[in-house]
Amino acid sequence: MPEEPGLILEFPLEHYRFEIAGEASSKIKQVVRQLGVNAQTARRISVCAYEAELNAIIHAYGGFMRVRVLPDRTELEVTDAGPGIPDIEAAMREGFSTAPDNIREMGFGAGMGLPNMARSADEFEIRSSPENGTWIRMLVRH
Amino acid sequence: MKLFEIQQLLGASQIWGQHCLDREVATACGADLMSDVLAFTKDGALLLTGLTNPQVIRTADVGGLTAIVFVRGKTPSPEAAEMAKSLDIPLFSTPCTLFEACGILFSQGLKPCPPREGNSVDA
Ligand SMILES: Nc1ncnc2c1ncn2[C@@H]1O[C@H](COP(=O)(O)OP(=O)(O)OP(=O)(O)O)[C@@H](O)[C@H]1O
Ligand SMILES: [Mg+2]
Repeated sequence: MPEEPGLILEFPLEHYRFEIAGEASSKIKQVVRQLGVNAQTARRISVCAYEAELNAIIHAYGGFMRVRVLPDRTELEVTDAGPGIPDIEAAMREGFSTAPDNIREMGFGAGMGLPNMARSADEFEIRSSPENGTWIRMLVRH
Repeated sequence: MKLFEIQQLLGASQIWGQHCLDREVATACGADLMSDVLAFTKDGALLLTGLTNPQVIRTADVGGLTAIVFVRGKTPSPEAAEMAKSLDIPLFSTPCTLFEACGILFSQGLKPCPPREGNSVDA
């Protein structure tokens, strides 16, 4: 079956590149706003992207984000080949973080990233293993 | 509350954004953890923070925040200030501590960010 048409944006995410961390998310927000998505929904899309982007950059030696903007929804897929999340249920809890002190000093490590994604997205799926890293798919309806 | 009133109340200097002083904020959030900011603010809020790195600016953009006030006289790195310009986010610096700055604005009627909305994650 042919894929539905949509605008595709792809971003490589590099380990510890904090100078450019979040650029992808700003870009995505700008694009969906230009396509007529309202401010609140654009914010939700951009929060999903940002938290996933930073987790890949901080916890997983980098990764890849693919975003598809359709007329009625935006889909985000973020993959990495990092160490995986041993206990997803624990990681999903507000306040759970393994971020080291140097990362906390930069303003990360509240343990709110995954909960923020789950709350901001209409659909949120996560899979993770030490062999395959982490895969997250999010969908935000416009 | 308009940004110029906030600037006056906090005795703050403006780092960037002279043309934005008429912008209005209804709510504010004081935090040093960026995901907390995204969890607890809504579009249009003011951020008060002691962090000055570029991630603060990025977080403000992602969260749709109106402006940032750096506390304890801090000023952002040149990269952070540049980013704020390109993203049109006005920046201020106040000699107040985070506690004082939040207290002053709260006592003058600026509201905390309302309870969170969206899907709950009480799983
Ligand atoms: N892509 C990933 N690869 C490996 N571990 C991850 C990944 N994403 C999250 N984790 C683990 O899950 C924990 C919780 O993630 P979450 O994003 O909620 O919080 P955080 O990144 O620690 O802090 P914050 O997002 O609030 O800055 C992380 O501390 C880390 O241990
Ligand atoms: Mg995180």
